[in-house]
Amino acid sequence: MFHLTLRKETPLIFKVSVPIASILLTILFGIFIFSVLGYDSGKALYHFFISPLSRIDRIADLFVKACPLMIVGTGLVLCFRANIWNIGAEGQLIMGAVFAGGLALSFPDTNSVWLLPAMAVLSFIGGGLWAFLPAILKVRLRTNEILVSLMLTYVASLFLDWLVRGPWRSPTSFGFPLTNYYPDAGLISKINFPGIGTIGQLHWGVFIAILVCLLCWFMMQKTVFGFQVKLVGDSHKAFRYSGFNESKTTMMLFIISGGLAGLAGMIEVSANIGQLQPNISFGYGFTAIIVAFLARLNPAAVILAGLLIALIEMGGDSAQIALAIPKVVTGVFKGILLFLLLAGETLTKYQINVKPRQRSVPND
Amino acid sequence: MIDALILTILMTSVPLVLAATGELVVERSGVLNLGLEGMMLMGAVSAFALTYATGSLFIGLLAGIISGAITAAIFGFFVLGLATNQVATGLALTIFGTGLSGLIGSEFVGKAITGLPTLFPKHFADIPFIGAFLSLDIVAYSSVIIVFLVWVFLFKTKTGLILRASGISQYSAHSLGYSVLKVRWCAVLFGGMMAGLSGAYLPLMLTPHWSEGMTSGRGWIALALVVFASWMPSRIIYGAILFGTITIMQLAGQARGWTIPPQFLSSLPYLATIFVLVVISSRGSAKYLAPSDLTQPFISSK
Amino acid sequence: MKPHSALLESRDISKSFGSFIANDKINFNILEGEIHGLLGENGAGKSTFVKMVYGLLEPTMGALFWNGNPIKIRGPQEARNFGIGMVFQHFSLFPTLTVIENIELALSDTQALPELRKTIIEKSQEFGISVDPDTYIRDLSVGEQQRVEILRCLLQNPKLLIMDEPTSVLTPQESEQLFVILNKLAATGCSVLFISHKLKEVKEITQRATILRRGRVVDTVTSSEVSTEQLAKMMVGSDPQHVKPKIGTKSNDILVQISGLCRPADTPFSTPLLDINLDVKAGEIVGIAGIAGNGQSELMEALTGEWRSRDSIKVLDVLGVDIRDYSPHKRRQMGIGFLPEERNGHSAVMGMTLTENTLLTNHNNPEVQKHSIIQNDNLEKLTSNIIHDYDVRTPLQNPLASSLSGGNLQKFVVGREIIKKPSVFFVAQPTWGVDIGATKFIRNALIDLANEGCGIIVISQDLEELFELADSISVLFRGKLSERKPVKELNSQKIGLLMGGEDVASLAKEHS
Repeated sequence: MFHLTLRKETPLIFKVSVPIASILLTILFGIFIFSVLGYDSGKALYHFFISPLSRIDRIADLFVKACPLMIVGTGLVLCFRANIWNIGAEGQLIMGAVFAGGLALSFPDTNSVWLLPAMAVLSFIGGGLWAFLPAILKVRLRTNEILVSLMLTYVASLFLDWLVRGPWRSPTSFGFPLTNYYPDAGLISKINFPGIGTIGQLHWGVFIAILVCLLCWFMMQKTVFGFQVKLVGDSHKAFRYSGFNESKTTMMLFIISGGLAGLAGMIEVSANIGQLQPNISFGYGFTAIIVAFLARLNPAAVILAGLLIALIEMGGDSAQIALAIPKVVTGVFKGILLFLLLAGETLTKYQINVKPRQRSVPND
Repeated sequence: MIDALILTILMTSVPLVLAATGELVVERSGVLNLGLEGMMLMGAVSAFALTYATGSLFIGLLAGIISGAITAAIFGFFVLGLATNQVATGLALTIFGTGLSGLIGSEFVGKAITGLPTLFPKHFADIPFIGAFLSLDIVAYSSVIIVFLVWVFLFKTKTGLILRASGISQYSAHSLGYSVLKVRWCAVLFGGMMAGLSGAYLPLMLTPHWSEGMTSGRGWIALALVVFASWMPSRIIYGAILFGTITIMQLAGQARGWTIPPQFLSSLPYLATIFVLVVISSRGSAKYLAPSDLTQPFISSK
Repeated sequence: MKPHSALLESRDISKSFGSFIANDKINFNILEGEIHGLLGENGAGKSTFVKMVYGLLEPTMGALFWNGNPIKIRGPQEARNFGIGMVFQHFSLFPTLTVIENIELALSDTQALPELRKTIIEKSQEFGISVDPDTYIRDLSVGEQQRVEILRCLLQNPKLLIMDEPTSVLTPQESEQLFVILNKLAATGCSVLFISHKLKEVKEITQRATILRRGRVVDTVTSSEVSTEQLAKMMVGSDPQHVKPKIGTKSNDILVQISGLCRPADTPFSTPLLDINLDVKAGEIVGIAGIAGNGQSELMEALTGEWRSRDSIKVLDVLGVDIRDYSPHKRRQMGIGFLPEERNGHSAVMGMTLTENTLLTNHNNPEVQKHSIIQNDNLEKLTSNIIHDYDVRTPLQNPLASSLSGGNLQKFVVGREIIKKPSVFFVAQPTWGVDIGATKFIRNALIDLANEGCGIIVISQDLEELFELADSISVLFRGKLSERKPVKELNSQKIGLLMGGEDVASLAKEHS
């Protein structure tokens, strides 16, 4: 049906308009779905897109919700750029939170200012370790990293479940699967603006998230390592010819993205929950995949992409409360958005002609 | 007692066999479908919804199959029509399918239906040991027949040969005049129907109700199963029974009051999958058995 | 001889892709039972024309006539229906399927397998092609695979068999076997269109030959009535320019010493290297000849460091240093330059810009990066130096590598390596797929480099190239290197024998 020919140059207009067009089309689909299901589309759109932006504290909360998406998303951008499919970010996030939580719960009476940085480091290690497993299997045995990292997600989730119901369950939780609260030194505080006070739930973790994105962007653009990442995704032979070590690079990228996911997990718990419970992530690891694609695999754009997806999530919450629209509809939107972004990728790389079996094509 | 165990294992294997066989055909043609989980959920919710609405299990099964095919058509449109990245598109399908099935299914949470009847008269089940094998429903028996038919198709027919060739070297197949895209479309649709049927089996037979995400990762295990079986239909059945057995151990263990934490037992299928993947890859033979052009999009202008 | 009638006639066939004219009014015909050569350099338009005959491309203008009737061929299936079969240069066989499965796929009518098996055995006996129907293609040699391809065509009883550069993957002896098959075929009344750029072959096997140059027909000649020099002139056009003279080996410093280099085969498709011994002096160019698939890429990877081993290499010294464990960029750092044969995706990345391609082998160059941060200005300066010094014609300031022509991109990558003034240089297929002007430029650059004292190893399938560049030549066959001989003691025939695996003893016999 469609005939695809490779474009020589991609017009810049495509690179910008594809994400925008995808978003608009997704909204259109949304209107359609809402109407079919009998909801008031206008009100639904309001709750989805306007309501979360209507007050300054809501906008702050948008950043808060985007925070884990930004951090995990950036890590995934690095991996996807290198054609490494780390699908297990969710599990790495959980393990990062578990490692950090372990430290916090071991020192319940401490006031040390070093607790939080130590938790951050430990969370990076925890997530990195969970990513190390699929990485080493891929590098040594060529095992498919998609399935391994995915299976490990389920294992991590079950592990956390066991911890909070078993050995780490708080004696004061009345049988509920919760750990003790972290000591204050292990919590991430809200940002206190001089003269204004705190805005919504805005916490320091958001600042770190934006910093991480910008650092990654700088690294991709200006460093040899960034060049390495782009190269390994493009051509293995050229990569080896250039003198880089494929195994080392693959492992490093996996561990970095796992570590970042772990960091995101620690921040989520320390900033928003304060203790461990069976559900600390709400599919952030998978949603971050969409964020990475929406950002067209550019770390700086992950900031915007994360905010946009967070908007959909917050909108979903708001719409559920106000109009009883089931929360799962956000999955439908996210799926459609990803489909459209992928189609847009094809459009930028290839020229599409709807012609019946045409064969005049230049050969090499 | 052991009969009940065998029966449960066999029944648990059925959705895995169906989904994995469909995926095997898809992958043999050169396409990787990571959207299995989403397709199965769409099949599950459609089957439940229509059975509840019409009271007919048959219509429910049909609905499952058709919705699997429709979901597969969406996947095919992107992956085959627009040559989008197969991994990402599959994930999008899973997220979409999970969300849409949850949306449609929200109406039906808490409702109940009666499951599929057994094919043979009930008192056959009383026969020691063999009784378990005779207490299955029609879908379960059909799954074995389907596996056999797929084997015959792939290795004894010319069309099956063409399909295999498309997965090995798509451009060679194209230069011989075969339409790689057509072959892949048929494979993808077949895979979708099987995924839909597999999903339908869950609410119609295994646990007669609907809940969000009720496939619980079976789609992913089915994907692993295809690799485990080295893309050979006969081995799918062995693998599925193995996985079914492991899944059951968790329930059996809890019932017997084993002190092993239930979460560990629940994690066994996933750990087993990883183990199997490692064993297969380390043998190195996977290279020669895997369809070499798997995940390569077919661009007709090349 | 009774007069044969024209089987296929091409009248004014033309093909353009946008503004590029690949074929311009091609007029010639092929007679029944004739072996007709289609001669031309890379890019002359042979492949394009043949693709139109086989239905893979549609002519922009002109018409084809079959037995006097105008026809339109809309696809390979239709071509086969007419009785046109084609054996491509790059086989379209399925490695993990058997011979009989491969043949079954190529046939449009579905014969029952036992019948098919019988037919295969009959046909293969008729033409002297021996092959076991149940072997997997991946277990066959290249020559055997080609015979499967031919058999595949023969089973469809073709009237015209097109062969695209068939001897490019064969030894001289295998080529002789092929010619026997083709002559038998022609005797049965089947015509053969034999595409080649090898002059001697064309004279040997064809009755007539059509020469293409730059998309146009130069002439159609009777092969027995024309000399190879005349054919060369028609193929190339103007007199080939002389390559710069070499000053000759200056010093006796041994820059590269290789001894006992062995490399086990990684895959069933790769060639193991068996006890390679070689050394290179300053100012010397050592040529390594051989048909593709005899270990060239494996050897190149061992030289560049893309494959490394301590155990299976006795000695690998460059400039007196044991480099067995050195990675490619460490070898570069010591002054070793290297350029593999593939541009696309190996020595250059098509989807990246020229400056990024410069970075490919300069990423530890202290001017271009400081503490891993890329110094863009210096990188750009280096890139423009390369472009300027090596005559690279680029459409834009910093284009993508994919927008350069093959010749220009090759000049760029050669320049990128030579501009570093390496002490030792390893290069494979330096002018493959490159137009005449760029070829001369690159070969001159290599000779200049040697004259300045660099020791060079050139691996090439082009004997003409090796005779131009090298002081001495060694032949690689099935992973073994023949004894090195100075160029003056060799000619194509001797090298041909070595490429075919004849041992040194028979050569020695010739001399005595």
